[in-house]
Amino acid sequence: MTIPLEPQHATGVPTARDDDEPGVSLWRAAWRRMIRNPAAIAGALIVLAFALVAIFAPLLAPYSEGVQDWRGDVTPSDVPGPRDGNLLGVDRYGADLFSQIIYGARQSLIVGVVSTAGGLAVGALLGIIAGGLGKMADTIVMRIVDIMLSIPSLLLAVSIVAVLGQERKSVMIAIAAAQVPIFARLLRGSMLAQRNADYVLAANSLGLRRRTIVMSHVLPNSLGPTIVQATLNLATAIIEVAALSYLGLGGGDLAEAEWGRMLVAAQDRFDESPQLAFGPGIAILISALGFTLLGEGLRDALDPKGRR
Amino acid sequence: MLRFIVRRLALMVPVLVGLSILLFVWIRKLPGDPARAMLGERATDSAIAQINQVYGFDKPVLQQYFIYTGRLLSGDFGDSTRDGRPVLESFIEQFPGTIELTLAALIIAVVLGVPLGFAAGRRIGGWLDNFVVTGSLLGVATPVFFLAILLKLVFADWLDWLPTSRRQDARVEATHPTNFYVLDGLLTREWDASWDAILHLVLPAVALGTIPLAIIVRITRASVAEVMGEDYVRTAISKGLAPKLVNRRHILRNALLPVVTTIGLQTGLLLSGAVLTESVFEFQGIGGYLFLSISQRDYPVVQGYILFIALIYSMVNLAVDVSYGLIDPRVRVS
Repeated sequence: MTIPLEPQHATGVPTARDDDEPGVSLWRAAWRRMIRNPAAIAGALIVLAFALVAIFAPLLAPYSEGVQDWRGDVTPSDVPGPRDGNLLGVDRYGADLFSQIIYGARQSLIVGVVSTAGGLAVGALLGIIAGGLGKMADTIVMRIVDIMLSIPSLLLAVSIVAVLGQERKSVMIAIAAAQVPIFARLLRGSMLAQRNADYVLAANSLGLRRRTIVMSHVLPNSLGPTIVQATLNLATAIIEVAALSYLGLGGGDLAEAEWGRMLVAAQDRFDESPQLAFGPGIAILISALGFTLLGEGLRDALDPKGRR
Repeated sequence: MLRFIVRRLALMVPVLVGLSILLFVWIRKLPGDPARAMLGERATDSAIAQINQVYGFDKPVLQQYFIYTGRLLSGDFGDSTRDGRPVLESFIEQFPGTIELTLAALIIAVVLGVPLGFAAGRRIGGWLDNFVVTGSLLGVATPVFFLAILLKLVFADWLDWLPTSRRQDARVEATHPTNFYVLDGLLTREWDASWDAILHLVLPAVALGTIPLAIIVRITRASVAEVMGEDYVRTAISKGLAPKLVNRRHILRNALLPVVTTIGLQTGLLLSGAVLTESVFEFQGIGGYLFLSISQRDYPVVQGYILFIALIYSMVNLAVDVSYGLIDPRVRVS
């Protein structure tokens, strides 16, 4: 038996053929496409490294969090740079900069993940209500979403933190709230797009209940774009956590290292000690980049048609 | 077209009314008492009661809201509880600064972004494409304030090429009939003043424009690449049309629709980003003032400014939808 050659075989590029075998689920096919995409792998590795650094910070950091042993070395005109014993030098309060950056990953990861999960949960609920319950619910929910979208997200976050007080919890709520309309709109859109699909018509004519159709047919088929968006939003959340701290609204324990706050502290010593800002700035950049790459890799893998 | 615009304007009304109610109730939940914030911790109770009476903070929230909206409709947005200035007046004074900054950032993003994205999209996988994709990924992942600090360090402190704070050098003689500093210089023929204002815009605008630039590049690239695969482009090329003509009439025009949407959506992001950028560069626009007002519980200012921003944002989105019809005749018909 001969297998008909597909055009891609000529170029030596593996084809999508194995993805299309009967019995290969959407997710497995996506996984196969994903592990062939170097950018997605790079993103996944960065995210993994970031998570490991955050979890094992006490083992990885040369010194404990907030230990300001080198306070005496910091003078008004000089903050010691890289040297023996301090890989990146010390921060302006006399703590080891490298250790502080490692501990800073914890704040970014916790706040980023919790707030995105919260935004996803509430947004998805609203999206399901709007996309699955019918016209009336749709109109009401989407008007609320329109109102939320009429305020730029960072402004929304800033005003929420101002109302709830400057605590870690309010930062999480604020960043989550800013994500709610995005998820709600996205999930509603992809659910509405599924509404006239053949399998929904089939389920309808079999007399299945609406709840069953929505929850076990429409929803699972609409989740792809939402998962991609959640990954991309983690990048935004990490940047927004730092932005809120930068504006002085970060909250949390001042003894805990936080990248945004480290940037603020670096600002007035920046002329003579630029490493103070480079460290946390690049840390934010790399972790945001990791989630962006991973999110886009996921998008390409889940929707090969849209691949560019 | 006109009917479409009118219907969209009518739809904006419930959104803005809803927002004003939410804001009003929400802001009144702010911890801390505005009267106490104005008078200080050691104010007597009678002084606080007096302030509450003057500003109406002692009335029920619902009644306060109706008084507030009644005044809004006559153009009275209240006075700042901090400096006593009418909210509308300070907004009108500061907004030109933010418009200048936002426009400058948008110009940078569009003027660089569309051609770069176009060139990259025409040759997917080429060196320019790879460069553009990498660059735009970095652009999206860089926090605005970190970039702002870097730009300040390199171009102001190390190279000493550009100014880093405020909108104009205090030593420059300038009169400001419109508060658009660049325009003012041109109107009053004070060329130096205009030039100085432009120099002050460069760094903040680059910092603010980076993310929109990255996003516009990517959308243009993807959209051009998609249109390149269409039959009509192949037909146009194979019937021997001049490449310039194909680029302009067939590719660009069809690829532009998602780009225009993106540019519109970016305006909201720019207004957000302006808060951060304006505070790094001490740029006197609405962002810095609004931020200060939030932290000092200046209710009238926060309410008024956020409403203004939402209104502008909605208008921009409307303009985007209208421009669809201009670019794509198919939208006009439906």
